Amino acid sequence: MWDYTDKVMDQFHHPRNVGKLDNPDGAGEVGSLACGDALTLMFKLDENGRIKDVKFQTFGCASAIASSSVLTEMIKGMTLEEAAAVTNKDIVARLGGLPEQKMHCSVMGQEALEAAIGDYYKRKGSKAPAVKRGTVVCTCFGVTDEEIRKVVHENNLTTVDDVTNYCKAGGGCGGCKKRIAELIEEVQGRSAGVPRQTQPLRPAKLTNIQKIQLVQETINEQIRPALRADGGDIDLIDIEGNKVIVAFRGMCAQCKMAEYTMKDVVEAKLKEFVSDELCVEESKD
Amino acid sequence: MTKVIYMDNNATTRVADEVVDEMLPYLREQYGNPSSMHTFGGQIGRKVARAREQVAALLGCEPDEILFTSCGTESDNTAIKGTLAMYPSRRKLVTTRVEHPAVLTTCRNVERHGYSVSEISVNRQGNLDIDELGFRIDDNTAIVSVMYANNETGVIFPVEKIAECVAARGLVFHTDAVQAVGKIPLNLKNSAIPLLSLSGHKLHAPKGVGVLYVRRGTRLGAFIHGGHQESGRRGGTENVPGIIALGKACELALKHLEEENTRVKLLRDKLEKGLLKSCPDCFINGDSENRLPNTANISFEYIEGEAILMMLDQFGICASSGSACTSGSLEPSHVLRAMGVPFTAAHGSIRFSLSRYNTDDDVDWVLEKMPGIIRRLRELSPFVKTG
Repeated sequence: MWDYTDKVMDQFHHPRNVGKLDNPDGAGEVGSLACGDALTLMFKLDENGRIKDVKFQTFGCASAIASSSVLTEMIKGMTLEEAAAVTNKDIVARLGGLPEQKMHCSVMGQEALEAAIGDYYKRKGSKAPAVKRGTVVCTCFGVTDEEIRKVVHENNLTTVDDVTNYCKAGGGCGGCKKRIAELIEEVQGRSAGVPRQTQPLRPAKLTNIQKIQLVQETINEQIRPALRADGGDIDLIDIEGNKVIVAFRGMCAQCKMAEYTMKDVVEAKLKEFVSDELCVEESKD
Repeated sequence: MTKVIYMDNNATTRVADEVVDEMLPYLREQYGNPSSMHTFGGQIGRKVARAREQVAALLGCEPDEILFTSCGTESDNTAIKGTLAMYPSRRKLVTTRVEHPAVLTTCRNVERHGYSVSEISVNRQGNLDIDELGFRIDDNTAIVSVMYANNETGVIFPVEKIAECVAARGLVFHTDAVQAVGKIPLNLKNSAIPLLSLSGHKLHAPKGVGVLYVRRGTRLGAFIHGGHQESGRRGGTENVPGIIALGKACELALKHLEEENTRVKLLRDKLEKGLLKSCPDCFINGDSENRLPNTANISFEYIEGEAILMMLDQFGICASSGSACTSGSLEPSHVLRAMGVPFTAAHGSIRFSLSRYNTDDDVDWVLEKMPGIIRRLRELSPFVKTG
């Protein structure tokens, strides 16, 4: 059972500003049903450019609902510049804290607000004040390097697990954990005490049999558990030279992300643990 | 909180008053060790033997086929690893995608020691693909482990039939019957099942005691090595109060078995029918016929399980959800995913599991509160189409 503060419970049981607006000045949408939480947020401005009315709808757990609700309270009456400066940390502070593993709920609120403000400028035909979007690092949850840098900086995070708790990045297949560690290092500097990712021991030269064994071991130990956590599976079909042929089973077989999973996770893992020369192909049958 | 409506009996159960009364003397004055050579300790051995008979009576087996353990998970580990140890040349395990982690994680864990694991899939109703099972079993198979009934949906698997198939091939079969024992009648006397796990706290005994049924003539290595307790099959001083409690709980379970399949089943059916009628966009998960009498797993579309549970909690109603919203694992239950329940419904699944302690008033209370909760959360959800 989660240890929620009274403020979280109050916002959950009595959410403020629920619903939709007709002709909003800005509307934002983040998350999806598959991810387990999603949020839409829309606002209207008054003649002075301040947020006059704001409404939200959330699919998610108690802390997701509470985070959205408290955010709408916070930004009412703000200018868009002021609202854009609201961080997930401010949301958490207003709620009197959230469990570590629920931090992503507050980040989702902030992202929806950002999207709504972006939408406002788009409707007006002008550019939003430079918001860096970045490139996607975590393909499972669509989190960019800029977003990761932001949560690391604003919340002074030092471990990959922290980052996962705050913005979900790395919580799916785990294929991007190395990149997240690099981003933490980049933001915090070496002195922040980030544990160095050690390179796995890799033999210099492999015989064919050694290569096949190592590929199978890597699939069993490094790749399969992550896929199975999502209800999928992977089979090693064949190895031709440096081409590794695999087949996806279960949920992975129907998953739209399969291409990402294959390219980004399987190949990365095999390169990391076996040999840089390997490439991955999906079996056609 | 004044009122508690406990409908989470597949997670754990209330310890029966009669069971507490039975075990208390063995926590206070009768603290002897059954292995001792003095009367004070030795007399405890007779009580343990009595408990063994009570468990055997519920299962329809011989007392010497009962091996006491610390929990259902230990029973599962003992069955699987103890069998693998006996057949070192067989390198394959066959199980299902919807097993409890006690079996699934144990099987997957031995993969690193060079074993392969085949997991049988289920259909949309949660029923096993028996043809696939037959196809996956070969002479290299060390053990086939299939649960008796699923903890999340309550779907009952045809384990008796599977056990016969597996025995005909000369292979070992194990079933995790933690959810079935005490809820549906079992008779192992004329059964082909050689290994069966059960857990005390799922049938109104306290936590910390379980049983592995080991049919006479079944080869099994020890999982916990130590003294000669349990005929040398499990080391460690017996959990005497727990064992005596489990004996009493089994005696009571046998007595209440009919009630479980009549009164409790009627309550469950009333709850299900009522919810389906009063809440739009919801459906039952699992084969409606072939199911434990106490379990109802219902998906409420477009809303999230934890939020429903928190609202229910406000009214003292205890249930559980297959969906876990934590950062690392936003995926809904592996059981519902294996059944192919769509995301729109899998995140909002709620399991009510009843027991003989539930009343008609309990069900009425849930039926009164649930429609409002669902309506409220749907108002909050961006996925519900309005107007």
